[in-house]
Amino acid sequence: MPMADLRRTTLYDLHLARGAKMVPFAGWEMPVQYPMGVLNEHLHTRAHAGLFDVSHMGQVILRGPAAAQALEALVPADILGLAQGRQRYGLFTNDRGGILDDLMIANKGDHLLLVVNAACAEQDIAHLRQLEAQGISVEPVTDRGLLALQGPQAQAVLERLVPGVAAMRFMDVAEFDWQGATLWLSRSGYSGEDGFEISVPGDRAVALAEALLAEPEVAPIGLGARDSLRLEAGLPLYGHDMDGSTPPGEVGLGWSIPKVRRAGGARAGGFPGADLILKGLAQGPARSRMGLRPEGRAPIREGVEIFDAAEGGAGLGKVCSGGFGPSVGGPIAMAILPAALRPGATVWAELRGRRVPVTIAPLPFHEPSYKR
Amino acid sequence: MLKYTEDHEWLKQEGDEIVVGITAHASEQLGDVVFIELPEVGREVEAGEEIVVIESVKAASDIAAPVAGVITAVNEALTDAPGAVNDDPMAAWFFRIRPASADLSGFLDEAGYQALIG
Repeated sequence: MPMADLRRTTLYDLHLARGAKMVPFAGWEMPVQYPMGVLNEHLHTRAHAGLFDVSHMGQVILRGPAAAQALEALVPADILGLAQGRQRYGLFTNDRGGILDDLMIANKGDHLLLVVNAACAEQDIAHLRQLEAQGISVEPVTDRGLLALQGPQAQAVLERLVPGVAAMRFMDVAEFDWQGATLWLSRSGYSGEDGFEISVPGDRAVALAEALLAEPEVAPIGLGARDSLRLEAGLPLYGHDMDGSTPPGEVGLGWSIPKVRRAGGARAGGFPGADLILKGLAQGPARSRMGLRPEGRAPIREGVEIFDAAEGGAGLGKVCSGGFGPSVGGPIAMAILPAALRPGATVWAELRGRRVPVTIAPLPFHEPSYKR
Repeated sequence: MLKYTEDHEWLKQEGDEIVVGITAHASEQLGDVVFIELPEVGREVEAGEEIVVIESVKAASDIAAPVAGVITAVNEALTDAPGAVNDDPMAAWFFRIRPASADLSGFLDEAGYQALIG
């Protein structure tokens, strides 16, 4: 797509002013890194606080007396059981028993607020519109920016600007006033660090971002570090670690489908691909997503093939996410491989015509520090 | 005097050898370098043959031999500290090559290279 056809977030000028390198991403022109560089942006987020522009992600409101029940027909999660002021992770599934997208669902009392991946937003909204026949209103939020403030100092920084946020716990959602603007906060993110996602009225997004960046602990962080942070945290990324053909159990997301939606549960099934998905979960997956630590320093990236022998042998699967883990201090990767492989086992990655030994590693590579 | 290739390598003639590295522009474009694989000393290479693998946080790329010749030395320190390429690209040489022909007149000079990268 030519750069001219790409959408820009409300923070576009701020990114340029801070020296960001802009790249096309999911139809948007987004900062991949700032002059600090991916490595230091990653380490800064782990040590202090990083500010991410995630305004490209889709925010959608579902309104209607039975919205939670209706959404359970598309998402195999316990949404009826989601308390007001709480958020939960879930999946849109398809009839093939695969994953259409992953999303966050927040119960905000008189409505649900969903956050979906940028690349899938249009398709997700069209998918959600089938709930309109049941009297649910589907309202894409187009007049708000979305920021993520992540890192061990995120709470201290945000509390200074928005007193009261420190009381929130992991996966809480709440509304706060900031200088007359209503912020929709959630205590979550995708970096493996404590932090917040902040939905802010579009016309106040730059002012809020500048106010956060004026705090000494905060640096702007691009998509490059966002990817290495989530990879170290063992968090799967839609379009890489999962897609429309991936059973939830294989990518290690069976946990998002609770007992109440499984066979024998009070609200078992009733979502796209339920038969296939529930059968798969009951049997246990034949393949599962696992961590990989290559020997040496050479990263093994998405698409690299994994074998069961140093020469010849059988292909076991392909790397779905891989790169360099700055906090780990070496190359890390994830792949969906035969479930019988255990941490410590050796497999081989074919890299530039050579087989490199790779050790199966437990996920995550970097232990998250959420505030529970 | 330094010469440059269109692939963003710098070449420095020292005696009958050429020292090869990458330019500041190239290191900025690559981003943080996390892995470097160097050729074996004594290897005979063709001009344009890809002999160095360089991986940044973003992607893998190759560095080609600028001329045909024999590799006489490699900068082993880069294997353990690849970030040196970002910190000081003009000091972080990759390899020395004894060329089959000593003529570097076909390469870009400083002004020509600056014109290339705009």
